[in-house]
Amino acid sequence: MSQTDIRVGGAQAPPTAARPPRPWWTSRRRDQLAGYLFIAPQLIGSLLFVFLPLVLVVWYSLHEWNVLAGTFDFVGPDNYSALADDPNLGSMLRATGLFSVGLVVFNLALALLLAVLLNQRLRGTIVFRTIFFSPVVVSLVAWTIVWGFLLQDNGGVNGLLDTIGVDGPNWLRGEGTAMFSVIIVQVFKNVGLNMVLFLAALQGVPAELYEAAEVDGASRMRQFWRITVPLISPTILLTSIITVVGSLQVFAQIAVLTQGGPGTSTTVLVYYLYQQAFQFHHFGYGATLSILLFGIVLALTVLQWQMRKRWVFHES
Amino acid sequence: MSRNLSPRAKLVLYGVLLVLAIPFVFPTWWMVTSSLKPVADIFAFPPQLLPAHPQLDAYQRVFELQPFGRQYLNSLYIALVVTVGTLAVSALSGYAFARIRFRGQNVLFLVVLAGLLIPSEVTIVPLFQMFFKLGLIDTHWPLILVPILGAPSVLATFIMRQFFISLPGELEEAARVDGLGRFATFWKVALPLSRPALGAVAIFTFLHSWNLYLEPIVFLSTPEKFTLPQALTQFVDAYGGPMWNVQLAAASLTALPVLVVFVIAQKQFVEGLAHTGLKG
Repeated sequence: MSQTDIRVGGAQAPPTAARPPRPWWTSRRRDQLAGYLFIAPQLIGSLLFVFLPLVLVVWYSLHEWNVLAGTFDFVGPDNYSALADDPNLGSMLRATGLFSVGLVVFNLALALLLAVLLNQRLRGTIVFRTIFFSPVVVSLVAWTIVWGFLLQDNGGVNGLLDTIGVDGPNWLRGEGTAMFSVIIVQVFKNVGLNMVLFLAALQGVPAELYEAAEVDGASRMRQFWRITVPLISPTILLTSIITVVGSLQVFAQIAVLTQGGPGTSTTVLVYYLYQQAFQFHHFGYGATLSILLFGIVLALTVLQWQMRKRWVFHES
Repeated sequence: MSRNLSPRAKLVLYGVLLVLAIPFVFPTWWMVTSSLKPVADIFAFPPQLLPAHPQLDAYQRVFELQPFGRQYLNSLYIALVVTVGTLAVSALSGYAFARIRFRGQNVLFLVVLAGLLIPSEVTIVPLFQMFFKLGLIDTHWPLILVPILGAPSVLATFIMRQFFISLPGELEEAARVDGLGRFATFWKVALPLSRPALGAVAIFTFLHSWNLYLEPIVFLSTPEKFTLPQALTQFVDAYGGPMWNVQLAAASLTALPVLVVFVIAQKQFVEGLAHTGLKG
């Protein structure tokens, strides 16, 4: 960028030569240079650690690359056709989709419920807010280990269920319950973050609207759906984007709780990518899975951006 | 929605909140109390809410089985360096994008922002290869450089930019008229005003680094270099089964200090994140 600047400066020099010389090094130029210097670390960092690897991942995905065998051969689209034929593709996409949808639905619903409850005029809401938020600051792996312990067949959850006469399943080993367990553990871990964002949004809804609705005889439920939800829809969109993109990155929970099992029922995309690249040393195929992940993130972001135009309520 | 509630409604509300609090509080309680139990009592039935025979053996084992103190230090210093580095990088570029006019500004901002769409899971394979070529595998450099300079710092930059845009410009103009240069204006005027945003960025950057799991297990292989999340999963017996009370003791040591800091400073945590963080 600074190169362009110098050239532009040089090109302007001849016409001004006739007139009384103006200093080339103006305070405006100095300020521009400061701007470039200020963003330089971030920009160079992005080029080195975001865009260069993104280009490389595309390049790698066109190669058959086994680190152990020492092979690195250009194979064109072979990895992509291998992906299309991968017998695990269906179950992997299903697991990824289930986890994302389950997480978003449970997380947003619980976050909104907690925020509405804490937005009431009640003593001690700060204490409950602190409690609901606290797992956010607990180390993710520590939290997951504790839940892994609680969800053992003879663990704390089934112990508690037993005292009320319910015979709990073996949560992490059952085909149907493993995915549900992983989702729930993650919901409790991070729901506090969305709750706090919802709480801030709820406090921004003018009280007069509810008073007016009350006068018109609208029920609380109706007020919630007709006033609250539309007014906080920008926050609902924001939290859903954060949660969806975050859900695609789930890894530690799977690695600690289920190792992708039972069978492949909880093998989500990033876990499969890790297995292929770093356990089986298929870097080329791992890169192809990375492209798939990137494509999904990109598609979802575009989709949500489109939804924003249609659904989100704008004040102005 | 804050309207006065009848006493009956309040009672119901407290009941609902208490029930909802169980899955948030019980795991931490169960983690700490179980770490104090002898192995035989871990899965005792009925469950012991308080350890019948409290002991600290598991805590001793944590330090015998792993270089746990060293690993604790690793996680702590990496998270601190990443936090300070991210604050520096994101405050500088956030300020420039918000306050300085330079050619190509908008395009460059979009280029940087595009990093939000490229989570580090997408680039982990080439990043591994790049650091391998540089001879930096099994060092802490990837865990420090990538978060500070790569995709994770982009959100921080975005937050800082939104904050600097909202600051009134008059103070800075006064400083500029007084002859302060750009950096001095940034350092002496803008930065002290941006404490709330810096606090929010510092909190989530620290937690992000503290929680990293995929990157450490990909980049590190020597136990002395492990970070805490990675170390926690290493307490297994000869058959690969978890040594529960030792794992839980290590988990308690990992979680409790941060929890204590959080409870003391919960207002700054919660309100900082909610109001500066993601409003824009």
